Amino acid sequence: MGKGHGIESPRLAGDLAVWLIILAELLAFGILFLSYAFARTFDVALFNASQSTLDLTFGAINTALLITGSWCVVRAVHAVRQDAPAAGARWLLAALACGSGFVVIKVLEFSDKAQAGIDLSTNTFYMFYILLTGFHFFHVLAAMVFLTILLVKTRAGHYGQHNHHALETGAAFWHMVDLLWIVLFPLIYVMR
Amino acid sequence: MVRFSTNSLWLLLLLATGITYWLGESGQLGHASMVPVFLIFGVSLFKGLGVVLDFMDLRHAPALWRYLLLGWLVFVIGMILLAYWLGLQ
Repeated sequence: MGKGHGIESPRLAGDLAVWLIILAELLAFGILFLSYAFARTFDVALFNASQSTLDLTFGAINTALLITGSWCVVRAVHAVRQDAPAAGARWLLAALACGSGFVVIKVLEFSDKAQAGIDLSTNTFYMFYILLTGFHFFHVLAAMVFLTILLVKTRAGHYGQHNHHALETGAAFWHMVDLLWIVLFPLIYVMR
Repeated sequence: MVRFSTNSLWLLLLLATGITYWLGESGQLGHASMVPVFLIFGVSLFKGLGVVLDFMDLRHAPALWRYLLLGWLVFVIGMILLAYWLGLQ
């Protein structure tokens, strides 16, 4: 059974370029995740002691915010595909609110650590903590810039049932940020 | 794999996050045991599958892309578990 008989052919949602970027990002973060995991084996006690200074509640709230942001982005894409850009824009705004909540919590976390005199040179755990969560933080900011542009263009009526390629492209990048955090959170905040 | 609606998947992902948080807060970890670590990364794997297949919509993408992202997820989590096990030796 081919096209037109109820079975859709496989389709990559979004631009190929963003998917290639996603692969590169996953590779880079994968190397950092495994570097952390294997570096930990050399001094488990130090990693566990340092990890106990992190706020697990902040980490869990941030996970919930990113997941909820991803859900909002999915709903935005669905709304625009159904030619409801106004609803799509509202979902994008909700996703941005989730991203903003994540940013506020991370800034609180980073400033708390800075006030405690913790920096990259404090110990190996904190070096990884700052590098990994900091690198991820900048990806959240980049994804929020993309979402803001998409929000403005969706509100202006640029996207609809037959034109949502750019929206799907931005959505894919946002979901990648969520996927990375789904591994980062248990690795850095929980595993001990 | 079972497919959930977008809303159900979102709620399940939040529930899964709650389970990870509870495992972290309850003091189940840090006793040189693989079981709770398997659990938290099992939950992580489930969440990753949901995001990759349904939020990223790779369920309907060419198989190569689906396998690349799922392969990354399984490989990274597998290696993290291996590293944790090595840390126990």
